[in-house]
Amino acid sequence: MVRPEDEVIRKRQRERARIMAWLLGAFVVLLFFITIAKTGINW
Amino acid sequence: MPTIEMTNPAALPADWRDILALTKPRVMSLVVFSGLCGMLVAPELPPFVLGFTAILCIALGAGACGALNQWYEADIDAKMRRTAKRPLPAGRMDRQSALHFGVGLGGFSVILMGLATNWLAAALLAASILFYVLIYTVWLKPRTAQNIVIGGAAGAFPPLIGWVAATGQVAPLPLLLFAIIFLWTPPHFWALSLFVRSDYAAAGIPMLPVVAGIEKTRRHIFFYSLAMAAAAISPWPLGLAGPIYGGCAAVLSFVFLVLAGRVFVNGARVPDQMEPEKHLFGYSVFYLFALFAVLVADRWLAW
Repeated sequence: MVRPEDEVIRKRQRERARIMAWLLGAFVVLLFFITIAKTGINW
Repeated sequence: MPTIEMTNPAALPADWRDILALTKPRVMSLVVFSGLCGMLVAPELPPFVLGFTAILCIALGAGACGALNQWYEADIDAKMRRTAKRPLPAGRMDRQSALHFGVGLGGFSVILMGLATNWLAAALLAASILFYVLIYTVWLKPRTAQNIVIGGAAGAFPPLIGWVAATGQVAPLPLLLFAIIFLWTPPHFWALSLFVRSDYAAAGIPMLPVVAGIEKTRRHIFFYSLAMAAAAISPWPLGLAGPIYGGCAAVLSFVFLVLAGRVFVNGARVPDQMEPEKHLFGYSVFYLFALFAVLVADRWLAW
């Protein structure tokens, strides 16, 4: 049986993991465009 | 969601909303805006993504300052009505997490700034974070009534950082923008500290109204406002901004001085009768936003 306390912990962990995944994804995209801008490649 | 009585809520993983609240998002908006304006008035603009990254780094640096400030002042915040509901004093988060988050965010913002723009901008960002945390929060704030005067320098960095991120060098105009925010900070915070004086007194923070009294604080507000107005108008006669900025800065500063004058002559000693102080505090936020917006408009219309 899952305790209500564990349920809250899991919910918070899930929310934080989801936000972290989005932030890391955004950071990878940002790094890609920074690299393009720094190397001076014109599209 | 079920409400659960926890014996120690801080033992839970922190809610992301509380982590966000650590960064003081409302304070961050003014920091980001002034940094953006510093960049937009620079003679050359970086590629969009690098400019965006520089502003992002300024925002993250400000967030780190907010987190480290709340980490250090958790005990003081618990004694003040205005701050008692923050994540740390309310017990929704443990202090060590706040410390790790603040240090990590600060380090990340500085490194990313250096990689994306230049290392002078990164050094200024690092200096502003260290100044805010070590000089202002740890050293000055609990010790001297001049805390906000010297500590104001920390909040004055963003336009300078924005400019340096764009150009790679320091110039007279961003230094003047630094001076404007530096001189704006005391009247802004002293107006606030007059009507929340009892909070600061209860927390043992030696803000000027607590240490030197209400009348002296009102005098100081007026004289700092005079110096701030002079600094705000000066880019125009110095040829660093055009007449649109000069005219608007004069009008905005005149209104500021009128409100500061009303504070000067107000004899009230209880917060309920401190309408002039509340008006000045509210207007001071608008003033800085408007002044910087006009500077950018002046610059871009001139081009």
